[in-house]
Amino acid sequence: MKLQISSRLAVFALLELAARPDLQYSVADIGQKYRISNHHLAKVMHALGRAGLVRSMRGAGGGFQFSGNARRTTLLDVIELFEKLGSSDSDSGTGELTAEGRALSQVLGEIDDIARATLGSITLATMLKLTDRHRSADQPTVRRPRASPVAQA
Amino acid sequence: MAARAEEAVGKDGFAVKRVRAGDIRHVTALDERVTGLAKPTYWQDIFERYGRRRLQERQFLVAEPDTPNSSVPILGFIIGEVRAWEFGSAPCGWVFALSVEPKARQRGVGHALFEAISREFRTLGVTKMRTMVARDNRLHLLFFRGEGMMAGPYLQLEKEVD
Repeated sequence: MKLQISSRLAVFALLELAARPDLQYSVADIGQKYRISNHHLAKVMHALGRAGLVRSMRGAGGGFQFSGNARRTTLLDVIELFEKLGSSDSDSGTGELTAEGRALSQVLGEIDDIARATLGSITLATMLKLTDRHRSADQPTVRRPRASPVAQA
Repeated sequence: MAARAEEAVGKDGFAVKRVRAGDIRHVTALDERVTGLAKPTYWQDIFERYGRRRLQERQFLVAEPDTPNSSVPILGFIIGEVRAWEFGSAPCGWVFALSVEPKARQRGVGHALFEAISREFRTLGVTKMRTMVARDNRLHLLFFRGEGMMAGPYLQLEKEVD
């Protein structure tokens, strides 16, 4: 399964902010870590702000701060802000009224249901724990770039 | 075995213990409050099988409040066992029931029960635990995911019996 780039950016940004909810991060801080375009990330942050998951802090040293509930916000909640999950085939209309088309839709629907259940069962808090486990496993050999949080103004 | 479970005293006003016969009516009542279905015969049978027999590999644990005469005698329970070679699987700890009193949620009761049964499984030499959750059971899915459980190597399949 592949996610659209906006969904991936949103998940990365939220994980970064939710890991240290007392700190603010600029778009540049997050963009640098994940090597992503500030322009695209800024649009994503705006959408996350509209959803109430981040708040924008103004002034010198301003940036974004996490304002959601990491134990209640799931990956599905975040991804559905940016894309409609589901098999592209079910929207195509090609042959969908035939028995073969309905059989194929049934199988693809099964995959969609599993994907939604998986993404809907993993909160940002769970993702942070999972990330920590990967970080611990990496530690002996890999040096990870660190985000540079902007101190609270 | 019972001693190890008894050691799992919660720091938040409850202790995790092995189930006793007197707990079953409270387990039945808690399950009825949560599911809306009363199943006294089922729970009595589960107690006979998991609370009395083959206790080496079977775990039926309850979380009890530290305060005697509490209005809620059982804060939650968890049941599981080590099963071997079903579906070609090496010995593995299965959790097949978990419930926490709705009024006592967000206090770490479920986590303490999960940790206690994990310890018992580890002591029995298994390195994996497994459970099955309905896709639309958001509460249980979120809980088990939060405890670090991920999708396993099996797919559950079913069909209507013609």
